[in-house]
Amino acid sequence: MQNSRLPSGGRIDRKRPLNFRFNGHRLQGYAGDTLASALIANDVAVVGRGFKYHRPRGIIGSGAEEPNAIIQLGRGATAEPALRATQVELYEGLEASSVKGWPGVKFDLGAINDWAGAALAAGFYYKTFMRPAKLWKFYEHFIRRSAGLGTAPSLPDPDTYSHRNAHCDVMVVGAGPAGLAAAVTAARDGARVIIADEQSEFGGSLLASRESIDGLAAPDWVALQCRTLTNSKNVTLLPGSSVFGYYDYNFLGILQQCAIEPGAQNPGRIRQRLWRVRAKQVVLAQGAFERPLVFCNNDRPGIMLASAVSTYVNRYAVRPGRRAVVFTNNDSAYQASLDLHRAGVNVRCVVDSRPGGAGQIAESLREAAIPVHCGSIITNAYGRKRISAVEVARLDLSQRETLECDLLAMSGGWSPAVHLHSQAGGSIHWDDDRHCFVPAPSVQPNRSVGACNGTWTLATCLLEGHEAGLAAARNSGQRLPRDQFERTVSAAPKPANDAANEHATTPLWRVPGARDPERLPKQFVDYQNDTTVSDIRLAAREGYTSIEHLKRYTALGFGTDQGKLGNINGMAILAECLGKPVSAIGTTTFRPPYTPVSFGACAGESIGSLYDPVRKTAIHRWHEDQKAHFEPVGQWLRPSHYPVNGEDLQSAVQRECIATRNSVGIMDASTLGKIDVRGPDACKFLEWIYTHNVSKLPVGRCAYGIMLGEDGMIKDDGVMSRLGEQHFYVTTTTGGAAGVLAWMEKWLQTEWPQLRVHLTSMTEHYSTIAVAGPNSGRVIEKLGCDVDMSREAFPFMTFRSGNLAGVPVTLSRVSFSGELAFEINIDSRHALDTWLKLMEAGREFGITPYGTETMHVLRAEKGYVIVGQDTDGSVTPVDLRMNWLLSKDKDFLGKRSLARSDCKRSDRKQFVGLKAIDGKTVVAEGAQLVTGQPGRIPARIPIPIAGHVSSSYYSAVLQKPIALGLIRAGHTRVGETVLAIGSNGVEVPVEIVSPVFYDPKGERQNVQ
Amino acid sequence: MLIIDCPYCGERDETEFSYGGEAGIARPQHPESLTDAEWADYLFMRSNPRGPHRELWNHAQGCRRWFVAVRDTVTYRFSETAALQAGASGDAE
Repeated sequence: MQNSRLPSGGRIDRKRPLNFRFNGHRLQGYAGDTLASALIANDVAVVGRGFKYHRPRGIIGSGAEEPNAIIQLGRGATAEPALRATQVELYEGLEASSVKGWPGVKFDLGAINDWAGAALAAGFYYKTFMRPAKLWKFYEHFIRRSAGLGTAPSLPDPDTYSHRNAHCDVMVVGAGPAGLAAAVTAARDGARVIIADEQSEFGGSLLASRESIDGLAAPDWVALQCRTLTNSKNVTLLPGSSVFGYYDYNFLGILQQCAIEPGAQNPGRIRQRLWRVRAKQVVLAQGAFERPLVFCNNDRPGIMLASAVSTYVNRYAVRPGRRAVVFTNNDSAYQASLDLHRAGVNVRCVVDSRPGGAGQIAESLREAAIPVHCGSIITNAYGRKRISAVEVARLDLSQRETLECDLLAMSGGWSPAVHLHSQAGGSIHWDDDRHCFVPAPSVQPNRSVGACNGTWTLATCLLEGHEAGLAAARNSGQRLPRDQFERTVSAAPKPANDAANEHATTPLWRVPGARDPERLPKQFVDYQNDTTVSDIRLAAREGYTSIEHLKRYTALGFGTDQGKLGNINGMAILAECLGKPVSAIGTTTFRPPYTPVSFGACAGESIGSLYDPVRKTAIHRWHEDQKAHFEPVGQWLRPSHYPVNGEDLQSAVQRECIATRNSVGIMDASTLGKIDVRGPDACKFLEWIYTHNVSKLPVGRCAYGIMLGEDGMIKDDGVMSRLGEQHFYVTTTTGGAAGVLAWMEKWLQTEWPQLRVHLTSMTEHYSTIAVAGPNSGRVIEKLGCDVDMSREAFPFMTFRSGNLAGVPVTLSRVSFSGELAFEINIDSRHALDTWLKLMEAGREFGITPYGTETMHVLRAEKGYVIVGQDTDGSVTPVDLRMNWLLSKDKDFLGKRSLARSDCKRSDRKQFVGLKAIDGKTVVAEGAQLVTGQPGRIPARIPIPIAGHVSSSYYSAVLQKPIALGLIRAGHTRVGETVLAIGSNGVEVPVEIVSPVFYDPKGERQNVQ
Repeated sequence: MLIIDCPYCGERDETEFSYGGEAGIARPQHPESLTDAEWADYLFMRSNPRGPHRELWNHAQGCRRWFVAVRDTVTYRFSETAALQAGASGDAE
């Protein structure tokens, strides 16, 4: 039963009743309702609980500013937490629940905090849970459980979200009177216009207004403007769309609600779309927020903003109460009393803090016989789950009287919504006449008009909108010719009543009380975070006198509503404490988003397989056919191992390792970065980049090379081949490819532009097949190869060009396994075919494909580092014992840094091998190395960390675990036993040994 | 999101570019003759001004050219972009 639905009126469709559930109760509303208006229609007064004191809370506002009616929508996969009931459109079957209150909103155990309130003052958590430090983990569990708004869904979201980019001449934010006037004028002048409004229906305050404009009732004037805009080809209308962020260079983010109902009923239906708009000119017409008044128990359900009361009565035809009192310090709230009166609500009186009362509108109240108490205030409200009475008194607190009522409409004046102006970089300043922050001149090409500019009268809002639309259109480019323009663009719209005779607002930041605020019932400033007047006063007493400090100490403005209602009152109360004017306090920073944006909308289409591009080698299909396991390396997918007959990782890697060491293995190494370096100064350039003597490298030979950052730390490594006097081919790590090319380009372009060198990425043009093991040469020869594969003709660290099975290739005799090995570089078009031929030719030798896991083990057995695994950006070549690579004959990048005192310390972490004393434990990679005996680690906190394990495997060929690591002064500690401690806390004694575990003399790479 | 005027390609979105730090940091001619403090000054110390800042940008997702830009560190507005002149570290002087 919609007991509080008015019999007629409103912009709802009474022919379309909608069933919904709130906190388990079955209720009914109408199409056109928000969840908030439907709850009011059903007399639901308590919609949530306060954050800290768990007091019952009711609906206060009617839009984005709502701090109390924060609800969780839906359940399971489509659940959406922390939505404002005032912005959720009703749909059939909607299910919503309050996010606060356990076990329920009507009976909440946490409400005991309300009586224990004195202990929960500002800074309570900081002060109480600081010590002892080790108990924090215990406290944290309970504090976390009591924090937060709603529950994040744990299932994948079935809805579809989308992104769209758009450009326009004029972006209009807000479709109230000023925004509509701006959009219509700019569109008539020929500008490409986008107009967005967060509400599902354009019109803003006019939808609940009884004014008339250009001879039409306000809602009819809105309808006419919307028709004009819809019929203009150059206009995009975005209702239900919140402009949540204003970024640099007039770039705006808009969240559009495309379907109000969650859940993918129709596959492909888009739930929300995130617009990224680049506008030449922006008109901001976001309106203003009405301020609450601060008095005792001002958070009780039934206390509402006066403008919200008008909106509920006029737009949604619901009655927020039966006996109402209005409390104000300005003229605008008088309209709420008239709207209530017309709706048949008993308006007991208007309480106006101003001794002189209102201007012209006071006449209308006299006609309606609504009593007005000027120079009076409301000092307290009674009733817990709904107000039952308020206390009225004179400003001097005399003549106190209790008035029974179930609705209090309040207005403490208006705060322009300066958020987007401020996000765009514009500053704001305090206006002493209007008692609010107004935009200072803008930094980006934008104009604030209407209420967000501190303009209150409808006539001026319409005029400002019209003029801004015109100026924005004219400034965004060439528009209509003058004569045509004058025929098309008419004058600004005019309201019938321009309400010139208004009395000024008198500030009332805090209702005076008979005692100090601390000794009176709570007076709330920020409803969502339960920040009270006494919290602010306490913070000021304790020295948190900057508004930014106050915010963090009291949580004022820290809620999901970002203090849209409470911030200004809070600043003014701080100013009062400090005896300063409000203008001296300043404001906190406005940051996007204006209202919360879902993760789904942020991600858009970039989820699942579209999250990040995947790079696959030319041979990838074959790996897939073999059911290889893959691992991502950068964006590449590389086979990690090739399990057969249900092998696990360990067994597969052992089999692959043994096959390679004993006969022949084959690996797709195509993901290695490859850079072609050529030009008359190629050699000179590479001398700077690499640490070794490049000029001494003869044509036809390869060299292992490392490059350092200017800080002397290892940056990347790879093999350099000299193809000609002026032509080199260098490889990089898979993950480092793009970075190394960019690094080289930067030096070439910025430091040595005179060098004649060209750098070309060849990573995808060439595929690389590594064939390793004693039989590798025989397999290649079997394919038909015109290169002499004999040891003498084709020595280690050389390359030969030739034909392999009739296809041109470059063969390099390099080895990352310590075995005789060849890398075949081949045009990627022929790579798969050649791979298949190698597999066929290798069958008699038991050729075995291996992946990155086996590659890691094979190289670790030889003590070869992997940059990025065994190094971390703080490791020098000296730490790795690579001094032999550092040329003494030339300068190179990073050389000077190696002589810095920090790089010469003897206790630097140095690269070593590690051998488990028990001969069987594979220590965890990342385990910390600690000096000491098992069970007898020196009792010092923190325990000194000597180093860490960087690589650790079981070596099949050695039949024991091997590990590599970095440890302080490691090069001088060979033979010493230290402890490796992983995340399980087990101490594993390990001996420091040489990092070369297998074939220390390096004989196997010459096996024929 | 910034719009950056690449001297070679024209105006493009910020996402196409990467930042290269302060411009005009020339690599010393003879690093070996510098004290540790002098070398550290080249290596680590940057001016970090409030206001116009000469810096290097790379059109990484476009022409891959490095260029010099003057950007205001308060407003993020670019007042100028220019191709590198022959000279050290993007110092157009």
